[in-house]
Amino acid sequence: MLQKDIKRLSLIMLFTPFALWIALLIIIPHLGMVVLSLREKVAPRVYEYGLGNYVDFMNEPIYWNTLLRTGSMSLLVTALALIIGFPIAYYIAKIAGYRTRGALFLLCLIPLWVSDLIRAFGWILLLRETGVVSSVLQWSGLIGEPIEFLYNDITVIVGLVYTVILFMIVPLVSTLDGMDESMVEAGYNLGGSGFTVLRRIIVPYAMPGIVSGCIVVFMLTAGSYLTPILLGGKNSSWFTEQIYEQFITRFNWESGAAFGFLLLAFTSLVVWLGLRLTGQTLANTVAKS
Amino acid sequence: MTSSPVHDLECIDVSKKFGSVRAVDNVSFTIPSGSFFSILGPSGCGKTTLMRMIAGFEDPSNGDIKIKGKSVVETPPNKRNVKMVFQHLALFPMMNVYENIAYGLRCNGASKSEIEHRVRDVLDRIALPDVAHREIHQLSGGQKQRIAIARCMVLDPDVLLLDEPLGALDLKLREAMKIELKLLQHQFNTTFIYITHDQSEALVMSDHVAIMNEGQFEQIGTPQQLYHAPNTAFVAGFVGDSNRWSGTVAQAQGSDVKVETTAGLPLNCTLIGNNVPLVGEGVEIFVRPEFITVQRQLAKTDGDIDAGHNQLEGVIDSLLFNGANSRVLVRSQTNQLIEADVTLTGGTDDLKPGDAVHLIWHAQQTMCFRT
Repeated sequence: MLQKDIKRLSLIMLFTPFALWIALLIIIPHLGMVVLSLREKVAPRVYEYGLGNYVDFMNEPIYWNTLLRTGSMSLLVTALALIIGFPIAYYIAKIAGYRTRGALFLLCLIPLWVSDLIRAFGWILLLRETGVVSSVLQWSGLIGEPIEFLYNDITVIVGLVYTVILFMIVPLVSTLDGMDESMVEAGYNLGGSGFTVLRRIIVPYAMPGIVSGCIVVFMLTAGSYLTPILLGGKNSSWFTEQIYEQFITRFNWESGAAFGFLLLAFTSLVVWLGLRLTGQTLANTVAKS
Repeated sequence: MTSSPVHDLECIDVSKKFGSVRAVDNVSFTIPSGSFFSILGPSGCGKTTLMRMIAGFEDPSNGDIKIKGKSVVETPPNKRNVKMVFQHLALFPMMNVYENIAYGLRCNGASKSEIEHRVRDVLDRIALPDVAHREIHQLSGGQKQRIAIARCMVLDPDVLLLDEPLGALDLKLREAMKIELKLLQHQFNTTFIYITHDQSEALVMSDHVAIMNEGQFEQIGTPQQLYHAPNTAFVAGFVGDSNRWSGTVAQAQGSDVKVETTAGLPLNCTLIGNNVPLVGEGVEIFVRPEFITVQRQLAKTDGDIDAGHNQLEGVIDSLLFNGANSRVLVRSQTNQLIEADVTLTGGTDDLKPGDAVHLIWHAQQTMCFRT
């Protein structure tokens, strides 16, 4: 009897923080946002419920263009992070020796010790008109006058890839780690070329890691704010910037809440599409990596 | 050295060094077409390295490997017609059985209808016609084994390498798979090279066995030769069970040697090897338990034991009952334990611990090797 009570008590105690977290930080704020996004201001201090904020979004091309642009650039960043991260992860998981492995992992982690903000400023120091890259190029005589590398899409993408690539590498390393080397050897032994082995054996095996890495990276990129603003400047047209503007500059919380919801819906849709296309399920990828 | 095309595989002075360690040391052998050849050795003897060199995953430090008379040392592993069944099989878990078998054919660029036909054909031959669309994790251990072999055999390899593939199976299934592997080899009529540390697997299945120790081949021969006529002390000790003693030579005459063991037991032995040892030289003596006759000490055996025999008295220390393979441990007067095979019928006249017995065995079955 006592044993049972203790069990129940410990369950409640363990479950309470989780329940509080879910309720207070996720469910209630989001419900508030939904309610907020469905309110329309018709006169000072007079509100009506309706879909007006969403209709406004559809009627203003600059809004949904920004969302689509954010989405497509995030996809590009995800793809680049995968292409660059996969060989790194493969090297760490399969080729590096036991001790090098820890060191390499540490090297990947070190940038995380510095905040996003500082890392973005680091890029600014490198890439601005009077920055390191421009000065070195001038000094070597390759260019005549200073070049501004900041405030364009390429810089934004480079900065974003740099920020998120670790979140691609970690799940990839953990999936590739579980792969038996003899599987790769069997792939060669049965007549496969290097490319065939990669395409038919390594990539399918790593698929759960690839998918979960891509989901995390895509979500982080689409929701990022600092990097696009600092490296892309005013023209970065990132959707989070629009949300910020609605909330802070225009003080239009209703429209900001609607935008926030649209971003969530849009990214969820992309992730769902991605899962469908690769034939993976969320449960399967999360469980395996 | 000229190579004849009847040999599916030929290794000439193959060595592999890892740093200063010689994992494989000047190994040469030839394997005739269509035979079942085993490489038997304790773990760490270099047998896996040798196999990986044949498959092309390691480059030999020197020496040559020829398949069907052609050197393959420069050929990358995916271009060699040597297929391998891995220790843990390495079936591809993300593909079903059909795709696993079709993989190699696809790599060779076979047409869709040909792949279909050949996969069906090989599944019929391994007697698993209905598993094509099963996932790998739905198969039993024995089925996985057969699929791993089918995946290789569908490509018509010149040589099939098997790296201890039975290690992961339970005992009963392992016994069944031994017979099945042998039958599969007959059916496909391909050269199988089987690597194992389990002597019973090697003896039961193989036409020829090579005993490997510390990177070198100790002896190559039929299972019977290895068992009954080992060339070296290592082979005698490694293949089959033996009573093993060390001793010194008391008297030598041709191959008949009289030896005194370190415990003071005089034995008549047959010398293996050509060099007649000097008196006082150290030797190792091996006697297999099945050659020792156990007699209860009832009537006094009065001198009718001829000179070619060894005889000693002892007391049964314990019975090791194992059905038809039962044994007794006999403690001799010199306080050594000697194993001997006995037949236990379950009747009242069976030997029991504490019985006084005579142990008798022939000098010809007492092998001694110079140390």
